[in-house]
Amino acid sequence: MADRTPSADTPELRARWNGFVFTPQNKAKADQAIARYPNGRQRSAIMPLLFIAQEQVGEETGTAGWLPLPVIEYVARYLDMPVIRALEVATFYFMYNLQPVGKYHVQVCGTTPCMLRGSDALFDTCHARGMKKGHVSPDGLWTLTEVECMGNCATAPMVQINDDNYEDLTPERLDAIFDALARGERPKAGTQEPGRHTSEPAGGPTTLKEMVSANHDYRSEW
Amino acid sequence: MPQVTVDGLEIEVPDGATVLQACELAGKEIPRFCYHERLSIAGNCRMCLVEVKPGPPKPQASCALPATDGQEIRTDSLMVKTAREGVMEFLLINHPLDCPICDQGGECDLQDQAMYYGRGASRYQENKRAVSEKYMGPLIKTIMTRCIHCTRCVRFSEEIAGVDEIGAVGRGENMEITTYLEQAAKHELSANVVDLCPVGALTSRPYAFEARPWELRKTLSIDVSDAVGANIRLDSRGREVMRALPRVNDDVNEEWLSDKGRWQVDGLQRRRLDQVWIRREGRLHPASWQDAFGMIVSASPQGSIAAVAGDLVDCETMFAAKRLVNALGSDLLEGRQTGLAYDASNLAAVNFNSTLAGIENADAILIIGSHVRWEAALVNARLRKAVKRGAKVFLIGPEWETTFRGEFLGDDAELLHDLPDAIAQAMSQAQRPAIIVGAAGLAKGALAPALVLAEQWQLFRDGWNGFNVLHMAASRMGGLMLGFARPRGMAELVEAQPNVLLSLGADEMDYAPFGGSLKVYIGHHGDRGAHAADIVLPGASFAEKDGTFVNTEGRVQRAEKAVFPPGDAREDWTIVRALADELGISVGFDSFSELRAAMIAAVPGLGEQGLAQYGSLPAGDRNMRASGTITYPVKDFYLTNPIARASTVMQRCSAELLHGEELLEAAE
Repeated sequence: MADRTPSADTPELRARWNGFVFTPQNKAKADQAIARYPNGRQRSAIMPLLFIAQEQVGEETGTAGWLPLPVIEYVARYLDMPVIRALEVATFYFMYNLQPVGKYHVQVCGTTPCMLRGSDALFDTCHARGMKKGHVSPDGLWTLTEVECMGNCATAPMVQINDDNYEDLTPERLDAIFDALARGERPKAGTQEPGRHTSEPAGGPTTLKEMVSANHDYRSEW
Repeated sequence: MPQVTVDGLEIEVPDGATVLQACELAGKEIPRFCYHERLSIAGNCRMCLVEVKPGPPKPQASCALPATDGQEIRTDSLMVKTAREGVMEFLLINHPLDCPICDQGGECDLQDQAMYYGRGASRYQENKRAVSEKYMGPLIKTIMTRCIHCTRCVRFSEEIAGVDEIGAVGRGENMEITTYLEQAAKHELSANVVDLCPVGALTSRPYAFEARPWELRKTLSIDVSDAVGANIRLDSRGREVMRALPRVNDDVNEEWLSDKGRWQVDGLQRRRLDQVWIRREGRLHPASWQDAFGMIVSASPQGSIAAVAGDLVDCETMFAAKRLVNALGSDLLEGRQTGLAYDASNLAAVNFNSTLAGIENADAILIIGSHVRWEAALVNARLRKAVKRGAKVFLIGPEWETTFRGEFLGDDAELLHDLPDAIAQAMSQAQRPAIIVGAAGLAKGALAPALVLAEQWQLFRDGWNGFNVLHMAASRMGGLMLGFARPRGMAELVEAQPNVLLSLGADEMDYAPFGGSLKVYIGHHGDRGAHAADIVLPGASFAEKDGTFVNTEGRVQRAEKAVFPPGDAREDWTIVRALADELGISVGFDSFSELRAAMIAAVPGLGEQGLAQYGSLPAGDRNMRASGTITYPVKDFYLTNPIARASTVMQRCSAELLHGEELLEAAE
């Protein structure tokens, strides 16, 4: 699990982030999120706003984005809510990074289905590239986090890197993805199994086979 | 009105009641941690599990389950017993076994309920979780490993105090209760979370490792730090008051107490006057009672004596002094030390007529010159409730940080004569409009114009009286009832230049104009009054004598003696009585009971505990005008009276919370 304590409140952090404001595009996005809720209920938009802020921090720093304390304070002020309430939300959800991350936030699923399908080997692959759980790699590219189930058990093992899921991984396939990312490319997201499109059964349907070509009434066979 | 059956007992419960409340109505005790009558329902501790039919075949959290018709509730079944044991076992998994060094020990909900409802022993063998301490200010000590995440403190600060500063960060096992960046809790009711905390996670910092609850003698008393008259319990050991805790009184303080009322009590040990002092050549020297009385007699007080009542004195003291002054042929009595001279001929006009509980029902409130948060923190909590129910609040006076939505109209008292139309309309169309005039408003002559507005907006109607004056001194209403008010206030005393000025713990008045008088200070703290006095006679504080106090809504309440005054100090009335003997006059009482009986005979309203009746509102004088810029009299919430000024806890609160000084721990 990533470090879920907020970054230390240092003068350097304040100097860097106290001036944080939404860019005009992000401000428009934020106001749109607020407009989804009734008047006086603008607090409800805290989650999208924190995420927009995290993305903007990512753009400004060339990383996957995180939430320094002054940015959380800015969002709380933007919504006219107590900052402790914003911090509660930011510390609750794992999609908000509370510590700086690298350009690619590599989240490897280590829950049972992925582990049975070889996620341990994926961790080894990551470690071989110098990644360490909860740390930014020296080249600033990678941050490794072990996460719990991301809901891709049918295509286990899987890794989420920034906004994309990479599934059906082997150490070699993950290495290829890392290489591509390091070159600045964006590899195809989703399953990496040749011939597989999404999470359909590998090697063709195993159930409801008659339904593949045409509708079929199974009720008489029950 | 749903009919439910609790353990075979059929009862009818009010609409909207929960199963937990139904069980309580049936006389069944339901263990709980997160549920609290005055807070919203959280339902996260699971301790209140009961069996309910119809419903799923599993125990249900009774605090969050509405009672409905025909429910069959069991609180004594095997399922309930094992469920409680299970919950308790989970709660104790991460709770440290440090009861012997825990300040909550002996008055701990977790301890008690573990004894009643828990298993005898633990099966847990893993490591326990540990949480780092969180700083929450000079009043709240935290040992967060003990926290069971009931979130009562979070809900209190959000709902009652209205200052969102405590929160739960993290999730699951990593959830921790903290303030943002461990800043100190900075509102006037913050220490109430100590009472709310069902375990020893939040305890009192000033009281840390001081005493065990079973060592303390408990005395019922009244808080004198403001005019609310909060009901408190003084816990004392030997001659020392160890702490003050609020008592439940829904009409006055519900079950809260302001931080000042709670922790000024340590000032009762410091800067005390414990012997007689006489000023010679500019310096105070120790002296005997005989010398002091001799000096007073030789100053010839006959016909030329005045008495000023301080903010903390009880009615009996004031009445004794009044008898003495009257017997000497004078009528110069005053309690409004700072020179206020509002018309006190009709007490209904200077009373909080809506009552403290009643102000919650107001739907439009105009506050004239009152920093309510600092002058009456518990009234502020009531105002917040009113606003949550939809009341509109308008304030005249310099802006302060309200805990409710309120509109500041400006700080010029003249505004009263020229209110914006929207405000006047909102007030006159309200069902239950209310005006609250504070001390700062009284100082600018706002009382008469407010009475005119009261008439105009019909504040006095069937079952509703919306005209309120919010005082700041515990002795004020009692003093006014006893006639401690000259028509022109302190100015009359100054003009009279009495030979003897009797000061009953008056520490806020200006002694400079009384250069020619013999200033006799009867009080308990070496504060401003003692600095100016020629003779200091050591008296008793509110904790050291029986006494009657009348709060700002005219509620007569009695406080009891918790400890004895230190050294040579005596209960104030005995000093007055002894002085009367020396002067060769009769004041008409020889014992406290005779004094109280004489007082009640003179002012029958003081005889019955409860709201005194003051009759109907007078009409306001339309020719009187309010003018001037309103400024609040309280400059420092924590240091408003001699006890608080002597208290190290209050001094620290003032320095740290109001003046932002960083104070180091003793060990640093």
